[in-house]
Amino acid sequence: MSNRTIILTIFLIFSSLFPAKISASEPTENEVSAHDTIQPATAHHDAKEGKLDMTALAFEHILDSHYWHFWGEGEGTVAAPLPCIIYSNTKGLQFFMSSVFEHGHATYNGYRLEEEKIISEDEQESVYDFSITKNVMQLLLSATLMFWLFTSIARAYKNTGVTSAPKGKQSFFEPVITFVRDDIAKNNIGAKSDRFVPYLLTVFFLILINNILGMVPIGANLTGNIAFTMVLATFTLILTNVNGNKHYWKHILLPPVPKALYIMMIPLEIIGIFTKPFALMIRLFANMTAGHMIVISLIGLIFMFETLWISPISVAFTLFIDILECLVAILQAFIFTLLTSLFIGSAVADHHEEAHEGEEHKAAH
Amino acid sequence: MNSLIILSSLITPGIGLIFWTTLVFLLLIFLLGKYAWKPILGAIKTREKNIEESLAKAESALNDMRELQANNEKILAKAREERDSLLKEARETKESIISEAKSKAQKDADRIMASARDQIINEKNAAVSELKNQVASLSIEIAEKILRSDLSTDEKQKALVSNLMKDVNLN
Repeated sequence: MSNRTIILTIFLIFSSLFPAKISASEPTENEVSAHDTIQPATAHHDAKEGKLDMTALAFEHILDSHYWHFWGEGEGTVAAPLPCIIYSNTKGLQFFMSSVFEHGHATYNGYRLEEEKIISEDEQESVYDFSITKNVMQLLLSATLMFWLFTSIARAYKNTGVTSAPKGKQSFFEPVITFVRDDIAKNNIGAKSDRFVPYLLTVFFLILINNILGMVPIGANLTGNIAFTMVLATFTLILTNVNGNKHYWKHILLPPVPKALYIMMIPLEIIGIFTKPFALMIRLFANMTAGHMIVISLIGLIFMFETLWISPISVAFTLFIDILECLVAILQAFIFTLLTSLFIGSAVADHHEEAHEGEEHKAAH
Repeated sequence: MNSLIILSSLITPGIGLIFWTTLVFLLLIFLLGKYAWKPILGAIKTREKNIEESLAKAESALNDMRELQANNEKILAKAREERDSLLKEARETKESIISEAKSKAQKDADRIMASARDQIINEKNAAVSELKNQVASLSIEIAEKILRSDLSTDEKQKALVSNLMKDVNLN
């Protein structure tokens, strides 16, 4: 566990260094362009000065979008429009394709696309955007992929039976599944782990597949989106507290400390319920976002320095970071699942001895 | 200003993605749980159990075989022992039969000898007594005959007496 923590810390420190550089370069960039780049999507290209707004470019790769952008800029852009679903308090539910906005140049039905947000021209109207954005599209695709993949594996088990050795996909995924079942679930939850294994497997593979898809050039940065990590962390929060036994709640509401400290300890313990999944949310979001930022800023060096001579350095560093990101993709899926099972484990664990409980309390703080 | 807007959109969770993630994730948990994880985990568990059982079975079979072997050896040893004891018994029986026969024969022989001896003695005694009787009667007859012839005349009577007297003197 300590090794893992060290690795994690190194990654966190490492990945937090690079975004810092990016933000440091922002003011310079803004000064140089000295140009309001409110116009989204293709607007970061300043035609007059031939300069790129690297900040906008970087965030375009990290943030969600109403288009699935493949390649090209300006006139040569190749992007797939995605369906928009919006709910407004005055006009109700509306469906249309994002192509109606013409990459932010046009207004449609009183709406315009600004910074990838659908905004109503009417001040009184509030718009809730439930669009199938790039991230939602990838979520649907990855969910379909997962369903196809694992049901076909399940069929393979049915067809070949349990007496023959696994083949193909089955033999690739079986060790991973048993790893999640034994090393992640059983080790941390204990005897009652079987109930949580399906949840943990779903979380693990959903994060892993989307981490990997996020690294593919045209893929969406779904796992680096705070909404996605927030939902997953919320499920962990709910699952942990719904399954919390009386020892878990006793530990929070009647902590083993002198009564005088209750006034301090109980609020801390209650905050603790939320900080654990909150850390889960931030960890996955920050790691994936940071990884993508490093890559885009390394590539961006070529455009920033406006020379090709920097490209060997950019490519070498990008390659290094990409390899690192391969590791991070797996590591973050593993850590999210591991910590989820740790939290569940702490909530369902049986404490038969008071002394043991005391020990754990000390260890926890 | 621009980057601030972008940064805020980076850390502000969008309602759309929250909604879709929740929906898709719940569906995924339900569908995968029912159609994928349950059969997969079940199959893996069954196979693990199968392997475990097979191993245990092999182990027990090995143990059984060892036991059988040990049993066989025990049976063989027992049979050998039995054979030895049977042979020994037979030898003993043979010897006892022989010695018994010998002693019986000896006894019989002794008995026969004894009875023969008794018979001989009896026969002898009878013969002796008969001989005695015969001799007595013969003697009497002879005496009678002698007496008849010799005592027919006085002279002869006298001669006889004198003869007898001679004998007596000789004695």
